[in-house]
Amino acid sequence: MSWTGKFLRIDLTKGTVGTEELNREWARQYLGQRGLATKYFAEEVDPKVDPLSPANKMIFTTGPLTGTAASTGGRYSVVTKGPLTGCIACSNSGGFFGNELKNAGWDMIIVEGKSPRPVYLSVENETVEIRDAAEFWGKTVWETENGLKARHQDPMLRVASIGAAGEKGALYACIVNDMHRAAGRSGVGAVMGSKNLKAIAVRGTRGVTVKDPDRFIKATIEQKKVLADNAVTGQGLPKYGTQVLMNVINEIGALPTRNFRDVQFEGAHKISAEAMHEPRVTDGKANLATNGACFGCTIACGRISRMDAGHFSIATRPQYKEPSGGVEYEAAWAVGADCGVDDLEACTFANFMCNEHGFDPISFGSTLAAAMEMYEMGVLTREHTGGIELKFGSAEALVKMAELTGKGEGFGVELGLGSRRLCAKYGHPELSMTVKSQEFPAYDPRGIQGMGLTYATSNRGACHLRSYTVASEVLGIPFKSDPLATEGKAALVKAFQDATAAFDASGICIFTTFAWSLENLAPQLDAACEGEWTPDVLLEVGERIWTLERQFNLAAGMTAADDTLPKRLLKDAAKTGPAKGLASGLDKMLPEYYQLRGWTPDGVPTADTLKRLHLA
Amino acid sequence: MQKSLLIQPVKCTGCRQCEMACSFEKERSFNPSRSRIRVFDIHSEARFVPYTCTQCAQAWCLQACPVDAIKIDAATKAKVVNDNLCVGCKVCTIACPFGTINYVADSGKVAKCDLCGGDPACAKACPTGAITYVDAEQTGYDKMRAWAVKTDTQSHTHA
Amino acid sequence: MRRAPLSVERNELVHHVIVGAGPAGVTAAETIRELEPEAAITLVGDEPEAPYSRMAIPYLLIGKIGEEGTWLRKGPNHYERLGITLMPGRRMTGLDPVARRIGLEGGETLAYDRLLLALGARPLRPAIEGLDLPGVHTCWTLADARQIAAGAVPGSHVVLMGAGFVGTIVLEALALRQVSLTVVEMGDRMVPRMMDEVAGGMLKRWCEAKGVKVLTGTSIRRIAKALVPAAEARDSLVVELSDGSILPAHVVVVSAGVRSNTESVAASGIGLGNGILVDDHMRTSLPDVYAAGDVAQGRDFMSGEAHVHAIQITAAAHGRIAAYNMTGRDQAYHGSLNMNVLDTLGLITCSFGSWQGNGGDCARLVDQTGFRYLRLEFDGTGDVVIGAQAVGTTDHVGALRGLIQSKRRLGTAVKEQLMADPTRFMAGFVQTLHR
Repeated sequence: MSWTGKFLRIDLTKGTVGTEELNREWARQYLGQRGLATKYFAEEVDPKVDPLSPANKMIFTTGPLTGTAASTGGRYSVVTKGPLTGCIACSNSGGFFGNELKNAGWDMIIVEGKSPRPVYLSVENETVEIRDAAEFWGKTVWETENGLKARHQDPMLRVASIGAAGEKGALYACIVNDMHRAAGRSGVGAVMGSKNLKAIAVRGTRGVTVKDPDRFIKATIEQKKVLADNAVTGQGLPKYGTQVLMNVINEIGALPTRNFRDVQFEGAHKISAEAMHEPRVTDGKANLATNGACFGCTIACGRISRMDAGHFSIATRPQYKEPSGGVEYEAAWAVGADCGVDDLEACTFANFMCNEHGFDPISFGSTLAAAMEMYEMGVLTREHTGGIELKFGSAEALVKMAELTGKGEGFGVELGLGSRRLCAKYGHPELSMTVKSQEFPAYDPRGIQGMGLTYATSNRGACHLRSYTVASEVLGIPFKSDPLATEGKAALVKAFQDATAAFDASGICIFTTFAWSLENLAPQLDAACEGEWTPDVLLEVGERIWTLERQFNLAAGMTAADDTLPKRLLKDAAKTGPAKGLASGLDKMLPEYYQLRGWTPDGVPTADTLKRLHLA
Repeated sequence: MQKSLLIQPVKCTGCRQCEMACSFEKERSFNPSRSRIRVFDIHSEARFVPYTCTQCAQAWCLQACPVDAIKIDAATKAKVVNDNLCVGCKVCTIACPFGTINYVADSGKVAKCDLCGGDPACAKACPTGAITYVDAEQTGYDKMRAWAVKTDTQSHTHA
Repeated sequence: MRRAPLSVERNELVHHVIVGAGPAGVTAAETIRELEPEAAITLVGDEPEAPYSRMAIPYLLIGKIGEEGTWLRKGPNHYERLGITLMPGRRMTGLDPVARRIGLEGGETLAYDRLLLALGARPLRPAIEGLDLPGVHTCWTLADARQIAAGAVPGSHVVLMGAGFVGTIVLEALALRQVSLTVVEMGDRMVPRMMDEVAGGMLKRWCEAKGVKVLTGTSIRRIAKALVPAAEARDSLVVELSDGSILPAHVVVVSAGVRSNTESVAASGIGLGNGILVDDHMRTSLPDVYAAGDVAQGRDFMSGEAHVHAIQITAAAHGRIAAYNMTGRDQAYHGSLNMNVLDTLGLITCSFGSWQGNGGDCARLVDQTGFRYLRLEFDGTGDVVIGAQAVGTTDHVGALRGLIQSKRRLGTAVKEQLMADPTRFMAGFVQTLHR
């Protein structure tokens, strides 16, 4: 119940499809999705494995609430060792693919080895086949998804696929499902490409059942009401999406601008949620066409945008005149503020590119920002860029580079290395705004101090989705803390990290946590799943997941020295806004964090901690 | 007063809670493929359209059934399939010009919306009010009904 | 042609006589009752059973339902309750339009004010030697079904002559009875009048994969008694094929098409083609005489010409239209749309309208290994769908009828989508419906 209890094991080297029973003991310890898949991964894969070698594996995994009527219960994750970071990677996506996989009767798919030729995996309930993908190799995500639907003659088929970025090994290539939802970070798409796996196409009609249906329905109805009654999940996100943050974060001086040289962007409002709602001068239409929900989501934060048909970027691109996935806050920031670009249409174009060719807009925008800084310093020249003026604020440069990166052509190949490798290559590693080689998202740790610790300690490299302390430090959820203070942030980060891990293990979207705590999640899980699921149990599960990820990373060669931030954030104070004069106080938070976690001063979990969490 | 489903696509976000509610009501499992209401994603127009049987007056399915397996519910006026009588011949599935009665291979019978006996689960589950169950006169089915008449093999408009 | 008189006095008891107790006749009787609570209605059938559905016979043969399950109406005393006088087991022998009465077997006559001829059709029996031998059956009536059921026991050799629409339905039932089945079809493919080469070929491969032998482009030359008892004593027949080969058989089922039952009215002067000719009000050439169902040759929706469409949906529609006109309501019929659905050992196929197209744009998707096929035909280079075929698709197929019969203009964008992927027809349909 709730778990299907079965998973697929696909060996691409041998071309075999196997089915296995789920380890129920592990399910009790790790719940599902991010947790359970990480357990399987850590058990089966050498942490020192080369991420792009056949010995790496990747796990497509659902949670116990995936495919149920619990609000937002449509998530799946991809767990692998990330080629961008060398860390455990876990990229989470919504859309409809996760539900389809669960409805096909599978909790997860473990993919291993490497196919000798391009293939895709077809899963139609119990019928699972590795099929030739020669005709789709080289095709975009959109072409692949539509092509597979036509080949299977099934408009309801759900597809997760990679584009040229993943095929050619761009280190932040993502896996895109349902045209514009993505398992976006850490380069999981490059791992898929390295295995010659173009896509997974799923159709599931078996149904998902829960332990106590009546109690479950009652619990989910109650919790949907909590989401509806909450200002953020009930009003802000549906209307403005995550983009509601653009002006807010800019005002508090935490909007990294021009590769984090500044913390406020003068053009923020032009690329904000409000701007997406306003009729354009050019054609009188708004950029935002509608909001759209992922499977089972009663929040519906997704943006569906329609570009200005007259915008220079899409003159020769008719498919971009149709509505598609619009910019979320992180994407708008990365390709917008971080590159100094205030052209909403150009940002939307870059976002469409990311979706169509399968690469992460956060890492892309951040890497481009670093490249722009090197260009302005004269380190990079037009010779490198193929004649493109890589200046901050250039919408033309953004548009061109998005295309080259997506297609893996020209200077786009270098941008596909990610910021750390690009900056190192040109002798300026200090310009890379990364932790563990992963680019920062859209919150400046000088203006939101907790996010500095979040980034530094994140198990998958810099990331906002591992402990979103912005909720507390900016929005006052669950309580308001001072964004400029470091006191109490260690405990805040730990609490957010553990709770988030539990949410990520359940099949539920992390955006529910604007309104829900584990107190809201637990009754839904408890009614759905075998076993007893209380908030305390979930918190322990979350901490166990976090610690297991940490252990994997340590075994992979990470040390406490990797739990840090670029010098620019630690030394260069913010120039404007409320955080003016302030740098990140990471050093004030990190030791306390290790201590709270029960780790040594070197960031290694103690024997007692491992024992307490049943990890040793 | 006669009630019917009012569907307002403009309010739909495409979340499929209706599909889950329908399949749960009928099958006790969450299985959108078994839902008798379907949400269509009109991607090119950035619209989502929930779609199900309008319980049309023409009752194509009922007229076509060779074994009397579809009846009109006295209270709701829904056209209801009697699983005990349905032989699975599928004639109704090609007769219904709206495509809203479908064959279910697992059961060997057809399935369609029966308004849940007057308390439709889809309407209760819809988080945005895109699907409501209201007095028949208010429903946006007027357009569809008008169209149904056009499709009709007869020119009369008796109800 | 003279119109049915509309001036019938309210109190005058009009007697509606309906001959034929199939779907057309029963639907007409019920509709008349709805419209005229007082009228006298007599429903004459030539079979002894309660009015039943031939469509349901295959399900009887496989044991999914009992004989009651085939009944067209299930309610207890359904006809009595509606005040419809049933006269089962009475064959009509003649029609006297001047005296306004029909003759019944045994010499009895029945007077009518309005007459509906819903005489149905019957299986063709081609002129082949041996067709009258014991063990050779058509599959049309409940009586036929009982005989076939008795003979077609698991393991027995059964030869099915004809893989048309009806034959293929029977094929399913026979195969599910676990007989050793060989199908012999003269045409170059299965169901040639319902599906094209691709679909027919797919269906043949499917049947063969399920253990049914399918011989297309082959005919039966003659059927004879087995002279030497075959290895299996049950095989009392030998079937000689056009290629000279011989098939031993215990049962031969003949399904070589149907023809309308017009003999009993041939002498009445009624206008006949392949069936009884009717206008768009289901009126025949004789005053106050109407025809409906498999016997009626009426307006075809696509061509506007008069065709016999021997299908359930047309029969029910004819019955309703006839009832309206018989009770004095002016009711024109837009015409019947040819459409069929088949489930052959789990492979579901359907076709609608001008599935062959008119030489215009055509969207096709073929998946031979997956046994899926969809073909949409457009009217010339326009954006109106005129025909469709589907193999392996069941969801929302009725919308294909909707698209065709509404003559809905899809617009360029939707048409382009469907040309690229015709399986998206439902989304396209909903999109145009909710514009």
